[in-house]
Amino acid sequence: MEKWANNKAWFLVLPVVIIVAFSAIIPLMTVINYSVQDIWGPGQSVFVGTEWFEEMLGDKRLHDALWRQFLFSGLVLLIEMPLGVLIALAMPKRGWGVSACLVTIAIPLLIPWNVIGTIWIIFTRPDIGLFGAGINNLLGIAFDHTARPLDAWITLMLMEIWHWTPLVILLAYAGLRAIPEAFYQAAKIDGASAWAKFQYIQLPKMRGVLTIALLLRFMDSFLIYAEPFVLTGGGPGNSTTFLSIYLVKIALGQFDLGPGAAFSLIYFVIVLLFSFMFYQALQRVGKGEKG
Amino acid sequence: MKPKKKTIGLLIYLGLLMIPLYWMLNMSLRSNADILASFALYPKDITFVNYLKIFTDSSWYMGYVNSIIYVTMNTIISLTVALPAAYAFSRYQFVGDKQLFFWLLTNRMAPAAIFALPFFQLYSAIGLMDTHIAVALAHCLFNVPLSVWILEGFMSGVPREIDETAFIDGYSFPRFFITIFIPLIRAGVGVTAFFCFMFSWVELLFSRTLTVTEAKPIAAIMTRTISATGLDYGLLAAAGMLTIVPGILVIWFVRNHMAKGFALGRV
Repeated sequence: MEKWANNKAWFLVLPVVIIVAFSAIIPLMTVINYSVQDIWGPGQSVFVGTEWFEEMLGDKRLHDALWRQFLFSGLVLLIEMPLGVLIALAMPKRGWGVSACLVTIAIPLLIPWNVIGTIWIIFTRPDIGLFGAGINNLLGIAFDHTARPLDAWITLMLMEIWHWTPLVILLAYAGLRAIPEAFYQAAKIDGASAWAKFQYIQLPKMRGVLTIALLLRFMDSFLIYAEPFVLTGGGPGNSTTFLSIYLVKIALGQFDLGPGAAFSLIYFVIVLLFSFMFYQALQRVGKGEKG
Repeated sequence: MKPKKKTIGLLIYLGLLMIPLYWMLNMSLRSNADILASFALYPKDITFVNYLKIFTDSSWYMGYVNSIIYVTMNTIISLTVALPAAYAFSRYQFVGDKQLFFWLLTNRMAPAAIFALPFFQLYSAIGLMDTHIAVALAHCLFNVPLSVWILEGFMSGVPREIDETAFIDGYSFPRFFITIFIPLIRAGVGVTAFFCFMFSWVELLFSRTLTVTEAKPIAAIMTRTISATGLDYGLLAAAGMLTIVPGILVIWFVRNHMAKGFALGRV
C-alpha cells in the first residue's frame, strides 16, 4: 500500500514539531552549552572543551552505575518476559473473567511511580511490612533493604517485576487474541502437544508484540528513576545508584552543571543507539503485521 | 487436569499482585501510633483519620487538584496536536517523514533526568515556573510522540478508500477529518487519551522539579513527606490509595483496547 506523496502534509505535523521542539531542542542546546563550559555563577564561565567529557568517561562511579544499570535491565528482561508470556497463556479467552483479569493486572501500571516506591517501603520494612516482618520473624532470616545491598536489590527486583510484568502480560495477551481460531483447530486435528502449539503457532504469532514489549521494558528499566529514588535513595551506599539517580545527584543535587551536562549527553547517546535499534525493529513489526 | 493447573497459577499471580496493595490499604486504615506499636495483618480498629486529614487539609487535597489540572491540560494539548500529525504519518509520504518520526521516538526514549535541569532553567526564564501549564508542556515531551505513534497505528487500520470517497464527495479536509475520520477511530482516541492521562499522572521527576507550592502535585507532596523526619505511614498510605482511584476509574472504559495502545496500535 503506497502512501500519497504530498509535502503539504508538513502543515499537519507542524504543531507537533513546534511543541516537541520547544521541550526537546532548547533544553538539549542548554545541556550542550553547559557541557563545554565551567560555570561558577551567573555570567561567569570559561570554555573548557572536552574536559567534562573526559572526566565523566573516566569516572569510576559512572562506570559502576552503568554496569549496575545493565545488570538490572538484563535481570528485568530475563524474569519479566517469560513470566509475562506464561501468565498471558493462562488467562481465560472469553467470558467475564477476561475483563476482570485485564483490569486487575493493569492496576500497578496506573499507580504513580513514587507511590509504587511507597507501597514497597510499607510492604518490605522489617518492622511494619508484611514481607519484611514475615521474612524476619517466620523464616528467621535477617532482611533489611535499607542496610544490606543484596536485600535492597531483591526488593527492587520484586518491585520492578510487580510493577511492569503486567505490561508484558497485556501485550502478549493481545498477541494471543489476534491468532485466528482456525490455527488451533488445525493443531488439534494434527494432535499437536501444548508445547508444539506454543512453539509453532503462539510464539511466532506473538513475535511482533513481544519485540515491542522487550524494547519498551529495556528502555524504561534503563531510565528508571522514581521507584529506587523513593525506595532506597540509591543506597545502601551506592549499591542501587542507577544512571538516572546518579545524574540527578550530580546535576540537581550538587549543581555541578558541566559534569552533569556531559553525563547527560553520554547517557543520551547510549539511549539514542538503543532507540535506533527500537525504530528499526518497529518498522519491521509494522511491515510484518500489515504486509 | 491441565486447564485447572493454569487457573491456579493465574490466581496465585493475581493474589501476589494484590498483596502489596492490600497492605497499603491496611496501613491507611490505621493510625500511625497503632502502626508503629503493633504488627497486625488487618486493622483492628478501623479509623479514617488519615483520609479525613487529606480531605480537610488544603496542602494535601490541593495536590490532587493540581495533578488533575495539569494532567487534563496535557491530555488535551497532546491529542489536539497529535491527531493531524498522526494522520499525516499514516497517509502521506513527505520529505523527511521517516527522520521526523525517529526524532519523535528519541524523545519518548530520552532519560527524563537529562531534561530536569534545563527545564528548570527554561521555565524559570520564561516565567512559567510553578504553574500547571509548565508541567503540562513538559509532559508533552513524551506524551505527544506517544500519542502520534498510537494514533498512527490505529489510523493505518482504516482503509484509505474511505478518505478517497469522502474527498470525491466534496468534503473539505477539516470537515472530513472531524465528522468522519475521528469518529471512525474513536477507540484509538480514547486509548490515546488514557495513555496521556496515565503517563502524565504517574510521572514524578518533571512535576517535582517544575513546581514549588502553587502547582505542586500529589506525587511531590508525598516524596517531601518521605524525606521529612517523623514519617506518618498511615497518612502516606492513605494518600497513596487515593492516587490509585482515578486510574481504576478510567481503566474500565479502555480495558478491551488497552493492549493495542501499549503495542503502539500494532496488534
